[in-house]
Amino acid sequence: MELTEKDVIHVARLARLALTEEERKTCLVQLGRVLGHIQKLSVLDTTDVLPTTHVAKLSNVWREDEVRPFLNTESILANAPDREEIFFKVKKVIE
Amino acid sequence: MTDPLSLSATGIAREVNAGRLSARQTAEAYLDRTKAWDPHIKAFLSLSEEGALAQATAVDNAVARGESPGLLAGVPIAIKDNLCVNGTRTTCASKMLENFTANYDATVIERLRAAGAVFLGKTNLDEFAMGSSTENSAFFTTKNPWDLTRIPGGSSGGSAAAVASRMAPLALGSDTGGSIRQPAALCGVVGLKPTYGLVSRFGLVAFASSLDQIGPLASTVEDAALLLQVIAGYDDRDSTSVHQPIPNYLQSLGTGVKGLRVGLPKEYFIEGMDPEVERAVQDAVRVLESLGARVEEISLPHTDAGLSVYYVLAPSEASANLARFDGVRYGHRSQKAENLLQQYERSRDEGFGPEVKRRIILGTYALSSGYYDAYYLKAQKARTLIKQDFDRAFEKVDILVTPTSPTAAFRSGEKSDDPLQMYLSDVFTISCNLAGLPGISVPCGFTSSGLPIGLQLLGRPFDEERVLSSAAAYEAATAWGRRVPPVPVPS
Repeated sequence: MELTEKDVIHVARLARLALTEEERKTCLVQLGRVLGHIQKLSVLDTTDVLPTTHVAKLSNVWREDEVRPFLNTESILANAPDREEIFFKVKKVIE
Repeated sequence: MTDPLSLSATGIAREVNAGRLSARQTAEAYLDRTKAWDPHIKAFLSLSEEGALAQATAVDNAVARGESPGLLAGVPIAIKDNLCVNGTRTTCASKMLENFTANYDATVIERLRAAGAVFLGKTNLDEFAMGSSTENSAFFTTKNPWDLTRIPGGSSGGSAAAVASRMAPLALGSDTGGSIRQPAALCGVVGLKPTYGLVSRFGLVAFASSLDQIGPLASTVEDAALLLQVIAGYDDRDSTSVHQPIPNYLQSLGTGVKGLRVGLPKEYFIEGMDPEVERAVQDAVRVLESLGARVEEISLPHTDAGLSVYYVLAPSEASANLARFDGVRYGHRSQKAENLLQQYERSRDEGFGPEVKRRIILGTYALSSGYYDAYYLKAQKARTLIKQDFDRAFEKVDILVTPTSPTAAFRSGEKSDDPLQMYLSDVFTISCNLAGLPGISVPCGFTSSGLPIGLQLLGRPFDEERVLSSAAAYEAATAWGRRVPPVPVPS
């Protein structure tokens, strides 16, 4: 599976990254090499092997759905690039 | 009064708790040294002088009142800048978070406060902890205190360099594929990655959530155990935190290695390894044997797949975790956007550095429709095989011994244009994260040009006691960890 420039453009859009043309070119070369290395995995026999998503010994944990007050809203809004009153301000969502 | 600069973290806590050493004078001594030396080493992104002095004064006052301020009373500590400390900037060495001020404490930070620690400042890292040299920091590259023309390793390179140069007796790092152990090895200090689930990650900026762990960097195994004692334990704010009784790590340090079964995985002694590193590790194995350990060669047959598995899974998880940086609620927002989509795309393009973008693209690709089975699912299955290798090995042996890194510290710029070469420097540390094991790096020698070499010990899940006591036994029998780098001079 050869990585193409079209793939990079498609994936960059999915990842919400506006790559410049130069960034795309570098990405293509460097990731092509990394993917070439990763191809090693294809020779492994994984028939009947279950995937591991994580190694923690966990089961569902239940707790009461209790409201916990958060009193420091202002400290959150202080990090906002733009705000209006107690809201985050962004560009128009629906044209 | 004892000179605090000559004490270990354990020594400082003991002296402060006994009222024989002032926490404030200790903080001043380390801050003064940092202000004089750090312009040459560049381990710190920010210093919190005022906060440190206030914390230290509070510790002294508690001692004067006859209270016990805690296990880390008056111990100055450096904190990797991907951990949230309430009211201080937390940048992840990224332009994306250059002006972000954390508004809560990470769980480990809460625990440090309760134990009487003193926060010196935040240390440099590869952007969002992605890298092996700190060269991916958006701000500057940290220098290796043993040779200022070389890198300190990464991603916790700032923390490792701060401890190696004794600007801080203790530091916190995070380890996703070796980011504590590899810089510890390259800087000649001790670095421990705890078992997955032992230390809460609440307040750690997430990179790859099935792999990330927080852990100590220290100048002795005892200091690493002391810090682990404080930060280990269940936390309901991290859903992967494990309910597990926390043993007394300090008490078990003197257990020794008599009768310990030590495994040498033959796949870790590969071509391309620096012969000086190989010799140092073989010498270390003989030291363990002379202390009564029984050494045998074992096999971890899927070792070769580890790097590939990691460089599919870690970027995939990162691409999901880093989706939150969209310039809406916090972080960088592009001023060049005309609509909402452009605001996302341009904010992310301007805010992230090249390696972070590379990994987001790689991860998004591996997760995307048509490639998911070939990359992501295949890597998850291979992860199972790697985990099973370790399960089998630990039926025969108690501890695995390997080199931490195939080479000593490389020169700045040597690998920065070639991501694959950079990734290969993680080859011995990543399997430990994939299997969720505890792993430690301890100094085990120096190259002929005077660069430190690290020995890695891996244990069964939640067997930190044996990992620490084996490392302590080795450390006590050798003197490598006692060497300190020269006082930095302008280059």
